[in-house]
Amino acid sequence: MTATTTVPVAHARVGTAKSPGRLRAWATRAPLLPALVFMIVVTQLPFVATLVISFFDWNALYPDARRFTWFANYGEVLTDPDLRKSVLTTILLTATVVVVSLVVGLGLALLLDRKFRGRGLVRTLLIAPFLLVPVAAALLWKHVLYNPEYGLLNGLLHYVGGPQPDWISNTPLLAVETALVWQWTPFMMLILLAGLQSRSPELIEAARMDGAGNWQVFRYLTLPHLRRYLELGALLGSVYIVQNFDAVFTITSGGLGTANLPYTVYQSFYQAHENGLASAAGVLVVIGSIIIATFALRVVSSLFREEASRA
Amino acid sequence: MNLRVPRVKGLGLVAWLAGILFFLPIAWMVLTSFHSEESAATNPPSFAASLTLDGYRDFFGTAGGASPWPALVNSTVASLASTLFVLVLALPAAYALSIRPVRKWTDVLFFFLSTKMLPVVAGLLPIYLFAKNAGMLDNIWLLVILYTSMNLPIAVWMMQSFLAEVPIAVIEAARIDGARLPTLLARVVAPIAMPGIAATALICFIFSWNELLFARVLSGVVAQTAPVFLTGFITSQGLFLAKVCAASLVISLPVLAAGFAAQDKLVQGLSLGAVK
Repeated sequence: MTATTTVPVAHARVGTAKSPGRLRAWATRAPLLPALVFMIVVTQLPFVATLVISFFDWNALYPDARRFTWFANYGEVLTDPDLRKSVLTTILLTATVVVVSLVVGLGLALLLDRKFRGRGLVRTLLIAPFLLVPVAAALLWKHVLYNPEYGLLNGLLHYVGGPQPDWISNTPLLAVETALVWQWTPFMMLILLAGLQSRSPELIEAARMDGAGNWQVFRYLTLPHLRRYLELGALLGSVYIVQNFDAVFTITSGGLGTANLPYTVYQSFYQAHENGLASAAGVLVVIGSIIIATFALRVVSSLFREEASRA
Repeated sequence: MNLRVPRVKGLGLVAWLAGILFFLPIAWMVLTSFHSEESAATNPPSFAASLTLDGYRDFFGTAGGASPWPALVNSTVASLASTLFVLVLALPAAYALSIRPVRKWTDVLFFFLSTKMLPVVAGLLPIYLFAKNAGMLDNIWLLVILYTSMNLPIAVWMMQSFLAEVPIAVIEAARIDGARLPTLLARVVAPIAMPGIAATALICFIFSWNELLFARVLSGVVAQTAPVFLTGFITSQGLFLAKVCAASLVISLPVLAAGFAAQDKLVQGLSLGAVK
């Protein structure tokens, strides 16, 4: 995190502030305080509480049996085969959805970067999946598309005389992943499209003058330029998808090996009432997220650094 | 150059096909919502069945379940109120961070962002226990507070990038004329940065409207939001397919409208202002 703290974006503005006295320094900071205090109270305090609870053996149904057990919950969480499976599921789900939606999103962004008739309309059609309420999107896949008897997928297969599989039972994780890829591809496409449109046309023109073909322009100009945007898409996508609850909850209710960490934590305190275990699992999710977030913050800050050096 | 024209045309066709493929599930959902329950649940799918508003009538009526109106009202209150609170807190913060930079301002900025990366489940249990003891379970204002904290980091980030574009000379001039901070923000800064503030508000609204986990755990009957209402359809075995589709579409409508309205700003907002 220390690498992210020296972004010199505001240099131009810093010059206008004359070394202020103590009072003026506080006057400058004052507008920031309400938001800062609010965030600390609402997000940091509960997390500290989670940390404390994670050291207790505490089932909500037997509150009198609550006792301090040091790291016992962590040991139990780390050795619990179900929980280990949900860690694996989380990694698999996140990685698959991010990679596939990024690749498809790149393809779509490249297509939309060109001029053609009705481009605006196609763009609107492509964004729509991202704008459906996540629960609604998950319901759409569960009932309207995947249903083995009257779902659209099997309906279309019926016309070509294909098999009529029960998608969610046969390939549960793939079913959740497909629905999420469908929802997240537009997000990746939007970010990459913004990246494509910020390329300098002069540079590409110059390269073409020098005889560069489409592939060479893509490989040596477009792709390096897009790197930051690909990273940003991947990392923001990871941050959101690693926390996914709606799709897992709606499509499979965490059954058939699709329970990811957020769902498992939800289940262990909401249904099993195991407060201590749930908290320990929650803390482990945070540690995992901090690892992703550290990379994400670095990417975002380097984007800002680039912007500052351009200014 | 002559060779390139037909190629571009071909790729346009591919783009069209991709757009239709991605939109097909939603188009099918719209069509199903206008079918009767009998013609919705057929295999092969019926394209020619007569259209009806029964799905929507069933959804808004109480036929086969509770009325959706309280949930829709709750979602509207939670989304609008939290968006308003976010703007009230984020505008001065973003001002301090962009126009009169405080020392170590990037640390503060990154602190806000890092809270966004804190998984919701990490604080859910203490919040639940607190709400239970304080008698705030199933209270819409608890959700308003949580949605405010959920969206505040994004709003501060977005807005500081928008406010950084307000000319400093305009602000200095207003200050010399004796404008104090509230006046300065309301009369000078906000009007100039209005498009950015509007985009921020739309994105906060969308996130609050969509939220499920907090609402699911902390609301029951009274404070139920629209996504929680939708989860009532999870186990329906297709008996009410038209109703499910109608419900999903009606509840998604505000988000679809807001999202299409803010298409361009959406990218910038979702990538925390990093992509312009």
